[in-house]
Amino acid sequence: MRSCGDCCIRLVDFGVRLQGQPVLEQINLHMHCGELTSLIGPNGAGKTSLLRSMVGEIAHSGTLRFIHQGNVETKTPLRIGYVPQKLELDRTSPTTVLDLFAGALSRWPLWAGTRKAVRAEALAKLELVGGESLLDRRISEISAGQLQRVLLALALAPVPDLLLLDEPVAALDQGGMERFYQTVSRMRTEYDLSILLVSHDLTSAAQFADRMILLNRTILCDGPPREVLLSPLIRQAFGFGFTEQEIAERRPAFKELEHEQCDFPMRRAP
Amino acid sequence: MSLWHSLLMSLPFEWAQYDFMGLALLAVLLVSPVLALLGCLVINNQMAFFSEAMGHSALTGLALGALLGLADPTVTIVGFAVLLALAMFLMRRISAVPTDTSIALVMAFVVALGVVLLSRGGGFAKYSRYLIGDILTITPGELGWLAGLSGVVVCAWVFFFNAFFMVSLNRSLAASRGLPAAVLEAVFSVLVAVVVAVSIPWVGLLVINSMLILPAATARNLARNTRWYVLGAVLVSLFSGFLGLVSSYYWNTATGATIVLWACGFFTVSLVVRKR
Repeated sequence: MRSCGDCCIRLVDFGVRLQGQPVLEQINLHMHCGELTSLIGPNGAGKTSLLRSMVGEIAHSGTLRFIHQGNVETKTPLRIGYVPQKLELDRTSPTTVLDLFAGALSRWPLWAGTRKAVRAEALAKLELVGGESLLDRRISEISAGQLQRVLLALALAPVPDLLLLDEPVAALDQGGMERFYQTVSRMRTEYDLSILLVSHDLTSAAQFADRMILLNRTILCDGPPREVLLSPLIRQAFGFGFTEQEIAERRPAFKELEHEQCDFPMRRAP
Repeated sequence: MSLWHSLLMSLPFEWAQYDFMGLALLAVLLVSPVLALLGCLVINNQMAFFSEAMGHSALTGLALGALLGLADPTVTIVGFAVLLALAMFLMRRISAVPTDTSIALVMAFVVALGVVLLSRGGGFAKYSRYLIGDILTITPGELGWLAGLSGVVVCAWVFFFNAFFMVSLNRSLAASRGLPAAVLEAVFSVLVAVVVAVSIPWVGLLVINSMLILPAATARNLARNTRWYVLGAVLVSLFSGFLGLVSSYYWNTATGATIVLWACGFFTVSLVVRKR
């Protein structure tokens, strides 16, 4: 619907072994730009391992490719934006939002000050997520929701080919979660991004995703969120399932999102 | 060097009239800020316990040097610390044992092994220098080595600080930015091991970790951003190093521990200031 359809990210025979044990096998996946894919699966299914191997933190077999218009493979490596679930920071950490951007965007050492250009770039990206006022705040003193928006802004600097989000809303309350998903949704259309979102909250993720993938060591089910949630495989993987009615009751919220990008009343299933 | 000595001697202080104090002051002004620089990222990486273990591993390194009949055991102390740092880095990656537990195990082992080897025949007392350190005996040659090592750390902090910083925040995030997270972690561990091991004869293995952690912890209480965190840690370390050296001269106490007491004082002040 929103996809330009001209470029895609392709995982072929992708697999990961950790300490000799296979955690992911035979992953074959196409993701088109402008498409938000929600990745679900039980604990230990390999969701985080998939993201960690895609960003290059751990080794993988098979290939990860970015294919441009007309099936031309790019020479430049795939640019990946990654939004972690959390940062390894304690409450006394002096790290500011600007430090985060400067550390990521510039080689000029943080302790020698921040270049004006980096500050401007950080401010521009923060504006996208409504976080300009956070620039000089310490990360340890902003809320979980604000931090997730900051991390999203950071992942967009520079604008990536593929955006990976690792359970970004786990620490957020209901309102914060909805606002965050709305922002992500907007970015998808604005930048024609491919987005892969790992989520624990199956139904909320379903409302915002174009597509859903059920993962457990390999891809078990792949399709429109509604179909995946109705699949008997869901009950096998999680021990509970969804009825047609439960999902249908969520449709209005989904529809409204298409027209109204913010502050819509979200309906919850009983 | 002679310029430095004549400069010091022109000062109207008793301690400044001695050559050994001039060398010790240079050594303190080199070692303290370098330890403080490392300490900032050690705290960010939550590796304070790891650096403590690196300090204690000097006992085994020292014992290996004695077994091999080396006059100067620095090679075995540094070599063993580096091996241990790499072994612990691998353990963190492949083992399911919690990091603090595995470090405690390793530390117990290297301390026990070192003490057993060094105490054979009741000769442990002659190694007590390594426990409390003796910066007053440093020679110009040794000072040259310290200066070289300080240069390496400062270069690493100029070229790779941001990379180390990103890895300390989140490994996957660093990797997504094209940084080799595992390599950087290993390099950082080795750097800490080398600096700690080299400094031990002068600072003492009992207090070395405090010199690493305290200045950074003090600056952390007060700094509003990473820049002032790092610069503040260096300032605190320079002040406590200078005050510690001079007061140890007048009090006739071990220099390393005296420096640490000053650093503890600064830390307490920073806590009080933070609370207000």
